[in-house]
Amino acid sequence: MTTITQPKEASAKVELWLRMYRQMVAIRQFEAQVNELYTRALMPGLAHLYIGEEAVAVGVCEALERTDYITSTHRGHGHCLAKGASPDKMFAELLGKKAGYCKGKGGSMHIADPATGNLGANAIVCGSAGIATGAAFSARQLKNGRVAVCFIGEGALGQGVLYEVMNLAQLFKLPVIYVCENNLYTEYTHYSETTAGDILMRATAFGLEAASVDGQDVLAVHGIAERLVDRARRGNGPAFLLCNTYRYHGHHVGDINREYYRSKQEEQMWKTERDPIANFGKWLVEQNAADPTSLAQVQSELELEMKAAVDFAIAAPYPGVDEVAEDVYA
Amino acid sequence: MPENSVQAQGDRELTFAQAIREALAEEMRRDATVCIMGEDVAEAGTPFKVLSGLLEEFGKDRVLDTPISEAGFTGLAVGAAMTGMRPVVDIMFGDFITLTMDQMVNQAAKVHYMSGGKWRVPMVMRTTMGATRRSAAQHSQSLHAWYCHVPGLKVILPSTPYDAKGLLKAAIRDENPVVFFEDKMMYKVKGPVPSSDYTVPLGVADIKRVGEDITLVATSSMVQVALGAATLLEEIGISAEVVDPRTMWPLDEKTLIDSAKKTSRAIILDEGYERYGVTAELASVIATGAFYDLDAPVKRMGAMHVPIPFSPPLEDVTVPTEQTVFEAVRVLCGR
Repeated sequence: MTTITQPKEASAKVELWLRMYRQMVAIRQFEAQVNELYTRALMPGLAHLYIGEEAVAVGVCEALERTDYITSTHRGHGHCLAKGASPDKMFAELLGKKAGYCKGKGGSMHIADPATGNLGANAIVCGSAGIATGAAFSARQLKNGRVAVCFIGEGALGQGVLYEVMNLAQLFKLPVIYVCENNLYTEYTHYSETTAGDILMRATAFGLEAASVDGQDVLAVHGIAERLVDRARRGNGPAFLLCNTYRYHGHHVGDINREYYRSKQEEQMWKTERDPIANFGKWLVEQNAADPTSLAQVQSELELEMKAAVDFAIAAPYPGVDEVAEDVYA
Repeated sequence: MPENSVQAQGDRELTFAQAIREALAEEMRRDATVCIMGEDVAEAGTPFKVLSGLLEEFGKDRVLDTPISEAGFTGLAVGAAMTGMRPVVDIMFGDFITLTMDQMVNQAAKVHYMSGGKWRVPMVMRTTMGATRRSAAQHSQSLHAWYCHVPGLKVILPSTPYDAKGLLKAAIRDENPVVFFEDKMMYKVKGPVPSSDYTVPLGVADIKRVGEDITLVATSSMVQVALGAATLLEEIGISAEVVDPRTMWPLDEKTLIDSAKKTSRAIILDEGYERYGVTAELASVIATGAFYDLDAPVKRMGAMHVPIPFSPPLEDVTVPTEQTVFEAVRVLCGR
């Protein structure tokens, strides 16, 4: 038995690794196109790029079922993609087109997709903490075995509602995991200037299972996410996962000159030494799970796929003006 | 339960509080996804005892005591409503809705629209309003206008036990976030309530008294004030019509306008602050819709622009009374 299952298990593992690599590249290529749309003045408004943080969304969402729930943030494209959203409908939404996930009414910061359990990105910092906790409450009441993941940035640690819902989640033993992406900057301010004391102790004080992980290491994120998701699904209650990561770009696409709050050397260090995709790719080659050519091919395939999705979105029509008052009430 | 024996008699009278409790119990029996959450809703049945007995029938999994975390459990209810539940949250005093603003205004109200109609938020927030309970500035306000201002929310102000039960049942069955304001001074008011299953549709005003000379548009407890004033006015030969919009949004503009066209005069009564309040919106509807039939400017009467004071003689002058309405009508009618 073991001699037969071992290669199968091994190939399933390699399949997972390659899928995670591909997903991370997809997010990066998607975001590269978003930046391009902004610089070419083709996108209304602004967007907040996820580049540099890909391992968090991918590592966590790979630990979830399609029917599990996520809530996302203003920096949410990565979460949507990792949970299974289609780039073409996402780009259409970013351009305010009717073919977008929200018929163009939401935009970059509000992409939602019931088909993939995406309860929506949120433009209020920590605005979705209650929603994610409520989805976990439904899972408990309806006994459907689902889990909810609440993605937040470290900026959300300043919002009181987070502590209200962590308290509720623990009291009601809800299957919710608060995944805190600490990308070091709360907009234009280093998090150390806005965050007192110990972050994990804020969660453990309520009795939540709490852990921190290198957010640039997709395998590490995935491993710990699996454990916390499994624990929540078995009814053992909520958890808090702190992912230490870095935002390569500015707070939003228009935040170009950043030297007043962080140095170019610091950015360069993260990009060259801590890049989640490059490092994981190198590791895959070392494990003989992939070779440099096949990884480069993944990159070029996804670049083409994203360009095609952008073309679809650019060609798609805007919603009719008569639709402005639709969907206010169900 | 004593209510059940009353119910068996068919025609009966219930208090406002009993009508609300009965609406909740019936909807919870009908639909297993309806649950109640809030501070002291379970064993205590709220400080007003509106929910007494529900824990015993439905258990702790459906009648949930929460911490004192209005934002937290309201937000939780939004997410629960999106994913298959029909939560009814209890905000003990209407003054505390300030703590729920982001969850209701930025989340609940907008989720359906922002998602292009994909997610729905079928939840109800029950809360209270009303002064003259000697509760001072942070337990006496009527802040419903704030939620009326937000597209995506529906807002209900029942004035009788019959309306309270029928409107609350309709609210629970509605696919949208609905805020239900109960005047805490009315919990003991009695009125006829059918024992059969019924709902009162949202967006349909009710003429509480037919009259010819002036329209008194009144909300919540102001309906009783208007009816009292109408009795006084009858003695001096003025026939007042009392119109209760019942729901602030959706709003039955036609019934308001038709009544004002018929009587040619209108006063709007509401316990919220008069400035920038509900009275301004309703007065505008009538001033615009009945302009050519009006013989006098539309008058508004709401709460004074002061924090509600504690001292009884001070508190009593902050809100409209039968006597002040009576006087205002006399002036408006030139009598």
